[in-house]
Amino acid sequence: MKFPDNLKYTKDHEWARVDGDTVVVGITDFAQHELGDIVFVELPATGRTLSAGETFGVAESVKTVSDLYSPISGEVVEVNDGLEGRPELVNKEPYGGGWMIKIKPSNPAEVNSLLTSAAYSALIKEGH
Amino acid sequence: MKKTPLWQAHCALGAKMVDFAGWSMPVQYSSILEEHKAVREKVGIFDISHMGEIEVKGPGAMEFLQWLVPGDLSRLEDDNALYSALLNDNGGIIDDILIYKISGQRFFLCVNASNASKDYKWIAGHATSFPDVEVANLSRDFGMLSIQGPNAEPLLKQIVPYPLEKLGYYQFATTTIDETSVIIARTGYTGEDGFELFINWQSTAAIWERIFSRGKPFGLKPIGLGARDTLRLEMRYPLHGHEINETTTPYDAGLGWIVKLDKGEFIGKEALVKQKAEGLKRKLVGMELLDRGIPREGFNVIHNGEQVGVFTSGTLSPTLNKSIGLAFVPVELSAVGTQLLVDIRGRHAQAVVCKTPFVQPKVRRKPAGEAVTEPQSAPVNQ
Repeated sequence: MKFPDNLKYTKDHEWARVDGDTVVVGITDFAQHELGDIVFVELPATGRTLSAGETFGVAESVKTVSDLYSPISGEVVEVNDGLEGRPELVNKEPYGGGWMIKIKPSNPAEVNSLLTSAAYSALIKEGH
Repeated sequence: MKKTPLWQAHCALGAKMVDFAGWSMPVQYSSILEEHKAVREKVGIFDISHMGEIEVKGPGAMEFLQWLVPGDLSRLEDDNALYSALLNDNGGIIDDILIYKISGQRFFLCVNASNASKDYKWIAGHATSFPDVEVANLSRDFGMLSIQGPNAEPLLKQIVPYPLEKLGYYQFATTTIDETSVIIARTGYTGEDGFELFINWQSTAAIWERIFSRGKPFGLKPIGLGARDTLRLEMRYPLHGHEINETTTPYDAGLGWIVKLDKGEFIGKEALVKQKAEGLKRKLVGMELLDRGIPREGFNVIHNGEQVGVFTSGTLSPTLNKSIGLAFVPVELSAVGTQLLVDIRGRHAQAVVCKTPFVQPKVRRKPAGEAVTEPQSAPVNQ
């Protein structure tokens, strides 16, 4: 299971990657593995304002539904429309084609409070 | 947590294990979608050893069972199985069961894992009023395997000496695999042609391995509870605790065909006669979502701004790639084509009542070379 060093992570198994003045958000390799075959992803409309920890959508596998939580505060400036037709991208490329939303942060420093790859790996090993 | 004889085999195959009715069971091995497809297109093997087996025997066995269940066992031939139910006095379904008739004095009941103890107490308790009836809980004596899919027969013909082509749907035979006695029944819970095997508990792992060793050319895959659920839902087979429970009668659940009111007295009959006379108020229907999203158990059905029904099961159908589900709705809103809304976490999605089964079953209705007969039969449950 991979947790790239250039990403930041939440305890709820989302990842965040700073990309210029936006932050790209998705769910981790661990999360997609736990969910199993993802068959539906519900994402917010662009323009929506999120607070850190707020639910921004759901990922549904055949058996379960999982809420998605925003790692940071800010405005949704882009959503991955490709997931509508190909939700399985979240399983296949959780850090690539399976990204979910891009947020323009209201407080860019907030990203620094997220978990590092090492800290997130440790969390998974502890069984969370 | 209880373990079947195959627990170690599941772990060795990398299965994701879950608690199911107090049993540690595989929910999936590779992927629910892959496993579902394997059963529809090739063949899959399921460990269903968690299910319960109860033997009813003795000179009074037939008379007792006729009073215990709503089906008519006098019509059932030896070596045939009948889908039936245990009902309470209100006609509510305590459990749905399969009754295997070995002879007029010996029957084998297959019951849901979660209800095995409750069912045994219910059956044994009522049997005390009948002379010459013995009831035994054999749930820990028998393991069970289910082999389902178009390649089930060619695969099992490699291993089982019995001429399987002679078995029609809901017929069974006692035979051997590697000198182990097994009961093999042409039954299942997937809508595919397939077989369910009763094997003594100690030999179940060896028979599982034996089938595996011959399975590769047939595309055999191990299948978990996840795909078992999507497969049965595409067939509209009810699942106890979801579509059926002690507050739903066979009529509510669309299982009126298992009730034979003209056969004499049986537990729950009075309530069912009354319900039939008064007419049904609600009906279990198949629904397909027209908007995006997946209807889940407990989601409300909305009509004219009011909650009028509730979903009992829902999933993405891997075969159809559509969101489907079963829901109780008022009879007047149950006609095929009726448009209703589903409350998906606050969003109202369009849905339509549709025909069921959602996918056409491919069960082998008749033995090879014999005339078509329609057995009174349905699936064994999980």
